[in-house]
Amino acid sequence: MSAIAENNRAVIRLKEKFPSAVQDVKEFRDEVTVTVSKENVVEICRFLKTELRYNLLTDVTAVDYLGKDPRFMVVYNLYSIPNKDRLRVKAAVGEDNTRIDSVVGVWNSANWLERETFDLFGITFVGHPDLRRILMTDDWEGHPLRKDYPLQGPGREPYKGRLS
Amino acid sequence: MANKEIMTVNMGPQHPSTHGVLRLVIELDGEVIEKITPHIGYLHRGVEKLSEHRTYHQAMTLTDRLDYLAPMSNNLGYVLAVEKLLGLEVPERAQTIRVIMAELTRLKSHLVWLACHALDIGAMTVFLYCFREREQIMSMYEKLSGARMTSSYFRVGGLSQDVYDGFEADVRRVIDEFPGYFDVYEGLLTKNTIWLQRTIGNGVISAEDAIDYGITGPALRGSGVDWDLRRDNPYSGYDKYSFKVPVGEKCDTFDRYKVRLVEMREAINILRQALDSLKPGPILADSPKVCYPPKERVYNSIEGLIHHFKIASEGFPAPEGEVYQSVEAPKGELGYYLVSDGGTKPYRMRIRPPSFVNLGAIEKMGKGTMIADLVAIIGTLDIVLGEIDR
Repeated sequence: MSAIAENNRAVIRLKEKFPSAVQDVKEFRDEVTVTVSKENVVEICRFLKTELRYNLLTDVTAVDYLGKDPRFMVVYNLYSIPNKDRLRVKAAVGEDNTRIDSVVGVWNSANWLERETFDLFGITFVGHPDLRRILMTDDWEGHPLRKDYPLQGPGREPYKGRLS
Repeated sequence: MANKEIMTVNMGPQHPSTHGVLRLVIELDGEVIEKITPHIGYLHRGVEKLSEHRTYHQAMTLTDRLDYLAPMSNNLGYVLAVEKLLGLEVPERAQTIRVIMAELTRLKSHLVWLACHALDIGAMTVFLYCFREREQIMSMYEKLSGARMTSSYFRVGGLSQDVYDGFEADVRRVIDEFPGYFDVYEGLLTKNTIWLQRTIGNGVISAEDAIDYGITGPALRGSGVDWDLRRDNPYSGYDKYSFKVPVGEKCDTFDRYKVRLVEMREAINILRQALDSLKPGPILADSPKVCYPPKERVYNSIEGLIHHFKIASEGFPAPEGEVYQSVEAPKGELGYYLVSDGGTKPYRMRIRPPSFVNLGAIEKMGKGTMIADLVAIIGTLDIVLGEIDR
């Protein structure tokens, strides 16, 4: 862990308050990423919002690390308008139980962003008020942004041309 | 009172005031909106999925097609994210031209916003004027990149080519002429009784609510939040220019209108400073493994040929890691979250579209208003469906 991450105010406070939930702190290109356990994600987000003034939830998304365990990472990009700084919070979600608590109760902007993550990755946000597909049609099968979902879509001949 | 009867009305996806293919299912009590259920995704092309199968240079062309009213802002966010991932420095001339193009793009996007917003509320003249002025910028786009909309003019590490002869004169013409055009628009609208009645007190959202719903850009500043990424987290050398960040007070459509108009004037201000500081110099970073070599080197040196072949056939590898880079696009914070596994293609490219998140607040802003005012709310949010659906 580098100096920037170590001296980051949010990281210090999080480690004090949630010693067992903070699993990993990384720093890359001056950006700090904190990996937390998914059980505590709502508490941690609420703490970050109320105590550390990360008042804007910029983005919620996920990354599919197919073949690794746990398979998914849910990513929250936070921003503090008063302090003008960013923090990325990640929580691992396993393939066998793709459920994580919803943060809509903390930021309303999570509503559509979580719906999109549910739609494209199949991650269920427990406690979300209206968890429906948002970009794909309601009767769509599968979750397109998963790595094992074919690029050309289901039930079609695989594309044989050059991709790059 | 007679018992309340709720009527459900469908608006869109083919409706001129929904600015594309937005569909709203509206539950009405008389003319008052009880509930709005937006349906989006009609333009979903899977840009994020497609980008995982393209090299970093190739994925650029996909970004043109997000917010098609502001292609170069999308390109800018993307190249900045990749450059951050690589740790690449961009030459000053390239940065300045990027700023010039980004500000022209802001003007171009805001002109369409004003045109359509005014047209939706019934001001036809403004629409025609705005599109006439927008054409100037469109033709600059065409001369610069060969395309009016799908520009892909920027490159990872700089620009695809230097500007054309007469570019400076064209920018100078915009700087000289546009403030007069803005006066014309303001003359038509700012004291126009119909405009005032339709916009004052319409679509009010408080600063706290706006932040809570994740609204960014001019729509947030209209609610009085003094925050602009160009000033607060500067990129591409924006810290060298001085400009005002306008904020509203009453959090309504009229204040957002005023904020955007001041923003257009400030864009002219930035353009003037950027053009004055434009000096000759290289337009691509000195990084032969990432940037395409000039054609002269491809044809005349073996290294140039090898580099060109390698970049074209397999791309360049990016170090393992993840970055988030955002720019102040005309519609708000446009962010790119790139995850690299060390390969030549993005492992994951997430686009954080401002319109998508801003539109999420429509349920809140539209509730309890008259159905005719909903059209003004859609206009003031300034959404583009290409970016929402991706």
